[in-house]
Amino acid sequence: MSYGRLIGQFVVIAALFTAVATFANQPVYRSIPPGSAIIILTFVHGADRTAECRRLTPEEISKLPPNMRRVQDCPRGRRPLYVELDLGGRTVFRKNLPPTGIAGDGPSRVYERFVVPAGKYEIAVRMRDTPRIDGFDHASGKAITLVPEQMFVIDFRSERGEFLFH
Amino acid sequence: MISAVRNVLRYGFELIEQPFERLFGPALNPLAQLGALGFFFFWIVTVSGIYLFIFFDTGIERAYESVEFISREHWFHAGVMRSLHRYASDLMVLMVATHLLRQFAYDQYRGSRWFSWFTGLPIIWLLYGSGITGYWLVWDKLAQYVAITTSELLDRLPIFGEPIARNFISTGTLTSRFFTLMVFMHIAVPLFLLFMMWVHILRISRPKINPPRMLAAMSLLALIGVSLWKPALSQGHVDLAKAPVEVGLDWFYLPLYPLTDIWGRGGVWVFLGAFSLMIGVMPWLPPLRRARAAEVDLAHCNGCARCAEDCPYEAIRMVGRSDGLPFPSQAQVNAALCTSCGICVGACPSSTPFRRTEELKTGIDLPDYSLKELRERTIDAAKALPRPTRVLIFACDHSGARGLDGAVRLPCVAMAPPSLFDFVLSRDLVDGVVIAGCAESACFNRLGIAWTQQRFAGTRDPYLRARVPRERIAMVWTSAVATRRVAAEIAEFTAKIAKLPLKKPRAPLPPSSASGPGGERALTETGDVP
Repeated sequence: MSYGRLIGQFVVIAALFTAVATFANQPVYRSIPPGSAIIILTFVHGADRTAECRRLTPEEISKLPPNMRRVQDCPRGRRPLYVELDLGGRTVFRKNLPPTGIAGDGPSRVYERFVVPAGKYEIAVRMRDTPRIDGFDHASGKAITLVPEQMFVIDFRSERGEFLFH
Repeated sequence: MISAVRNVLRYGFELIEQPFERLFGPALNPLAQLGALGFFFFWIVTVSGIYLFIFFDTGIERAYESVEFISREHWFHAGVMRSLHRYASDLMVLMVATHLLRQFAYDQYRGSRWFSWFTGLPIIWLLYGSGITGYWLVWDKLAQYVAITTSELLDRLPIFGEPIARNFISTGTLTSRFFTLMVFMHIAVPLFLLFMMWVHILRISRPKINPPRMLAAMSLLALIGVSLWKPALSQGHVDLAKAPVEVGLDWFYLPLYPLTDIWGRGGVWVFLGAFSLMIGVMPWLPPLRRARAAEVDLAHCNGCARCAEDCPYEAIRMVGRSDGLPFPSQAQVNAALCTSCGICVGACPSSTPFRRTEELKTGIDLPDYSLKELRERTIDAAKALPRPTRVLIFACDHSGARGLDGAVRLPCVAMAPPSLFDFVLSRDLVDGVVIAGCAESACFNRLGIAWTQQRFAGTRDPYLRARVPRERIAMVWTSAVATRRVAAEIAEFTAKIAKLPLKKPRAPLPPSSASGPGGERALTETGDVP
């Protein structure tokens, strides 16, 4: 094989590899518009069960196998959570969040991203996790100033029963 | 519809491959080594990955610093290894994608080839899994983008109790254990990938898993050169309080990630599901209509195993003799694997048109295109050739000569036993023979060209006998679209034959038995005049 041909082969391979190396990190991808920030509403929280626990009668308890006797019968399933989020006076999220799990007994979960222009916002978040049909069990609000590229997270801590902004 | 797409793609590939074949030659043509190059790049990724692991720290704070240490302070060895690791991974994706497209374009994915096609699907998933888990480990802005987008995608599936993406939205939610898990994933997934690569080639006879040394050396050298010229670098430390807004994406591994912003996560899953389903069912859309599988005629099989040796699809194996004849073994055809290419017919020592049996039979034959039929077609085609220069063309169904008038068509040129060429020349049926097959780097039946060349060179049984005048035989290897080149080469060969002195026929074909049974009584079984 001639040297010229060998060099030609190497040049073709090197050119191909250079193209590959170039596309390995170019062109740059911009995921949100310039001057934008991201608000993330995310938490995991279990609503109340679908019905109140009922105290079993002594007859009912005696019918149960000895190793499975209990004093209360609690339904397994949970209610859906109802959540609303206002951003600058406008409701941007309003949803019933079903419980997770095949039997519907797991906590509800939410993970929603909102890409917004950087700036000042009034945030209000509300949640209903009990059988009530109007009003909310948890609510919180805050005035925030978002800078470009900021990730602002709205969380909920079940153990404290309050929303958390960070 | 699929057929139209396939034809367009095939035409495109054949156009691209011609200059590649001219520059590299058939042996080094990278387009004919895509699978082998995929393996080669996998080994580069493996070796460089093991080397990098020596320096990598799995701590949450130390992961990024350790990668920076690799790329900055120790750029001349570990940094180069990092670049090799990155670019060889990208090249593997390129090889796999091109390999898939090429197999589709050349219709080499249906029939008995469905297994390799189908097992290629998990390879694609595992390859992407390997690459994506690797990007997390660097823990730079790209890693943050990959981590968030991947977990958001996974969270779209209703299988996780708590959104995984919550781990990447604020500081303090991640621990070093996460990196230990990711390192484990980044080792385990490629191991599964290697396992599937092995499964992928299980049904292929003599799979090419190593590229030619020269091609491997040039690839490695070019890869090192590119790694030094354009080293792979990190894109700044993760800041979970800030969104990774601008990232230099690896467009080989992450082309779907921007689509989550356009189609949504559900849309990307629908696309991935549809793509996987399409790839999975393609071998049966529609199923390949193939001729009946080769059949063994034990009365003519001496168990020499040449057919099993030459079969490119592992469709023939040698088993114990079942008919009581004094041979240790006999050939057995697995009809599910047979593509009816006929290479076994060409390999069988019984496949000689000189045989003086009542009806020409051989040890292994195609029921839909027997050796007897091939001889008859050959004789008829030879008779129809115009004088004074009679050149008979044996054309593979996938070559540029397949449409030529008067050509004897074959599913593969290696179906024709060398004795057939001896037969037509020694009987003065023709003045010259052209064997026209696929392009050398794209043999449809993988080994047909190689076996034909080796039989002619006398390095593979059955040999073309030394008495056959080589100057009267031409081999033309072209793609199906290169019809002009075939015509030009045949015309050139015909002109050359016309200038040769008249040959003396060893034994003309008796006029009464041109293609009928028992017409070779004047000859012995070996073809010599008694």
